[in-house]
Amino acid sequence: MGMLISMRDWVDARFPMTKMWEEHLSKYYAPKNFNFWYFFGSLALLVLVIQIITGIFLTMNYKPDATQAFASVEYIMRDVDWGWLIRYMHSTGASAFFIVVYLHMFRGMLYGSYKGPRELIWLFGMMIYLALMAEAFFGYLLPWGQMSYWGAQVIVSLFGAIPGIGDSLSLWIRGDYVISDVTLNRFFALHVIAVPLVLVALVVMHILALHEVGSNNPDGVEIKKNKDENGIPRDGIPFHPYYTVKDIAGVVMFLMFFAFVLFFIPEGGGYFLEAPNFEPANPLKTPEHIAPVWYFTPYYAMLRAITFDIGPLSSKFLGVIVMGAAVVILFFLPWLDRSPVKSIRYRGPIYKIMLALFVVSFAVLGYLGTQAPTDLKTLLAQVGTAVYFAFFLLMPIYTKFDPTKPVPERVTMGSH
Amino acid sequence: MKKHLLAILLLVAPTVSLASGGNIHLDKANIDPQNKESLQRGVRTFVNYCMGCHSAKYQRYNRTARDLGLSDDEVLHNLMFTGEKLGDHMDIAMTPADAKNWFGAAPPDLTLVARVRGVDWLYTYLRSFYRDASRPFGVNNRVFPNVGMPNVLWRLQGIQEPVYETITDDEGREHQALEGLELKDVGLQSPAEFDRTVRDLVNYLAYMGEPIKHQRMALGVKVLLFLLVFFVIAYLLKKEYWKDVH
Repeated sequence: MGMLISMRDWVDARFPMTKMWEEHLSKYYAPKNFNFWYFFGSLALLVLVIQIITGIFLTMNYKPDATQAFASVEYIMRDVDWGWLIRYMHSTGASAFFIVVYLHMFRGMLYGSYKGPRELIWLFGMMIYLALMAEAFFGYLLPWGQMSYWGAQVIVSLFGAIPGIGDSLSLWIRGDYVISDVTLNRFFALHVIAVPLVLVALVVMHILALHEVGSNNPDGVEIKKNKDENGIPRDGIPFHPYYTVKDIAGVVMFLMFFAFVLFFIPEGGGYFLEAPNFEPANPLKTPEHIAPVWYFTPYYAMLRAITFDIGPLSSKFLGVIVMGAAVVILFFLPWLDRSPVKSIRYRGPIYKIMLALFVVSFAVLGYLGTQAPTDLKTLLAQVGTAVYFAFFLLMPIYTKFDPTKPVPERVTMGSH
Repeated sequence: MKKHLLAILLLVAPTVSLASGGNIHLDKANIDPQNKESLQRGVRTFVNYCMGCHSAKYQRYNRTARDLGLSDDEVLHNLMFTGEKLGDHMDIAMTPADAKNWFGAAPPDLTLVARVRGVDWLYTYLRSFYRDASRPFGVNNRVFPNVGMPNVLWRLQGIQEPVYETITDDEGREHQALEGLELKDVGLQSPAEFDRTVRDLVNYLAYMGEPIKHQRMALGVKVLLFLLVFFVIAYLLKKEYWKDVH
C-alpha cells in the first residue's frame, strides 16, 4: 500500500493525475436528481469507444480498394475469427450512435440544457453531431455495396447544386467524375483518421465545458447557487461513485438492447443494413429506389420536399439550402429560446405543444425519407418541413409569451 | 376432417393468392435452416444446376462441408467437378466478359442473393417461369419479367403455360393480362416434389448468405443471459451506493 501511495505521489509531482481524477470524477458534483434521460451522454461515449475499437480491428482486414472492398467485407464476415461479430458491432454501433445522440439532444431540449451558461456545451455538441454525420457518410461508402455507391453519388452530387462552384466542388470531393476508387480511398482516410480525431477532440471539449459550468438537471435549477459551508453544492453528489455505479446499470441495460439487435436482427429490418448493400457497387446499374440510412432520412425528406423553383434558384439548390439550414438552425437554439425557465417542468403549454409537434415532424420526415415520393407524401413532407422550421423560427415569440410556473429553490427528487 | 380442410386450404392458398395479379404475391418459402438434409439437398441442386453460370465466390467448399455436416470426401466426390481444392471459393470458369456476350448480362454472384432478394422472392421466382416464345430462351418469368435467365430447372419442374385473362381498361380497350400459370408438361418431379427441391435450394442460399447466422443467435442467447445477471448485480450495487442520497 505504502508503495502504491508513493508511486501516486511520484506521478502527481509530475502529472496532474489525482487532480484530474478529483476534478472530473470524485469531486465533480452532479445534481442528485438526474433521471432516465441523463444516461445517454455516457452511453454516447460508450458507443464512440465501441466504434473506435471495432473500427481498428476492421481496418486490419478491410481493403480500401474498389476491386477488393466488397470481397474484403465478406472475408471479414466469413473467414476472420469473430470478424462477423466485430463487423456487426460496428454496423449496429453506427445506428446506435445516432439513436443515443438523438435522445441525448432531445434531453437537452426537454430540460433547456443549452441555455446559459451552457451555450458552448451545446455548440460543441452540435459540432460533434456534424462530425458524426460526416463520419457516418464516409463510412457508409466503405462496404462498397450498391447503396454505399449510389447513396454517396446522390449526396456528393447535392454539392453540384451550388451555383457557380457546384460542379467543380463535387468533382473536388469525389476526385473523379463519378464515385470511384479514388473516392473510396479518400473517404477511407477521412473515416478512419481525420474525422475520428476531430470527433474525439470535440468530445473532450464538450466534457471540459460541461465540467466547467456543471451539469443541468431535470428541474433546471443551478445547484451551484446553493452551497454548504465547504463550498459543495447541497444538491450535488460526487460523480464517482454515485453516477459511475448508476451508469454501469444504464450501460448494461443499453447493452441488452444493443446485443439483441446485433445477435438477432443485425439488418435492423433493412434500416441498419440495407438489402441492396449486399450487392457489390455497380456504376452502370442504378437501384430502383435510393434511400439514405435512417438517421439521414429526415433531412433527405426536407431536400425532396422542395419541388418548386423560386426565380432563378432551382428547386434542387433550394432543397440543399433547406437541408443545410435544418442542421444549422440547431446551432442557434440557445439564442432562439427566450423563456426565463429552463426545464419543461416549469414551462407553459405552448412550448410543450411546439416540442411535441417538432418531435412528430422529425419522425414523420424520417419515415418519408425512406419512402419513394408520391404527391401525398411530398405534401406531407412539405408540411413536416414547415413545422420543423416553425419550431425554431417562432421560438423567440412563443417562448416569450408562454406562461411559466415558479421554479423551486432546490432540485426535486422522485423515488429512485 | 377439419384438420384436412385446413391442410387443403393452406396448400391451395398460395396458388389462389398467386393468381391475384398486379403486385406479385410472394409465396412463403418456409425454409428450415436447422434441417441439415434439406441444406445438403439444396447445395447439390445449387452445384448441379446453378453453378453452370452463377458463382458463389465468397463461400468456400470446406465451409459448406463443415456447416452442412458433410465430410471432405463427400464434398470432393459429389460437389466438386473441376479439380478445385477444398479451401477454394465456389467460383466458376465462365468469365464475366463471356457471360455478358452470351446472356446480355453477367449472371450475378449468388453468395449473398438471399440477403438482397429475400427467401420468399427467390422461392417464388424460381417457380414462376412460363413458356414465352418471344424470349431468347423461350421462357419468361412472372416475378422478374423479361429476365435473361432460362428456366434451368425445367427438366424437374416441367413447363408452365401462361393463363391470360382479358381486362377492359377505363377507356374500354381490352388487354390480355397474365392471370396465372398452369403446369402443362409435368417434369421429372411432381409439383410437391419440385416445391421441396426449390425450398431446399433457397434454404441453402439463405445459409450461404450468412453462414454464421445460427452461431450468432446461439451466442446471442448466452450474451443476453449474462447481461441479465450483470444487470441485477449492477442495479443492486447502485441501490446500495445510493442509500444515503435523499
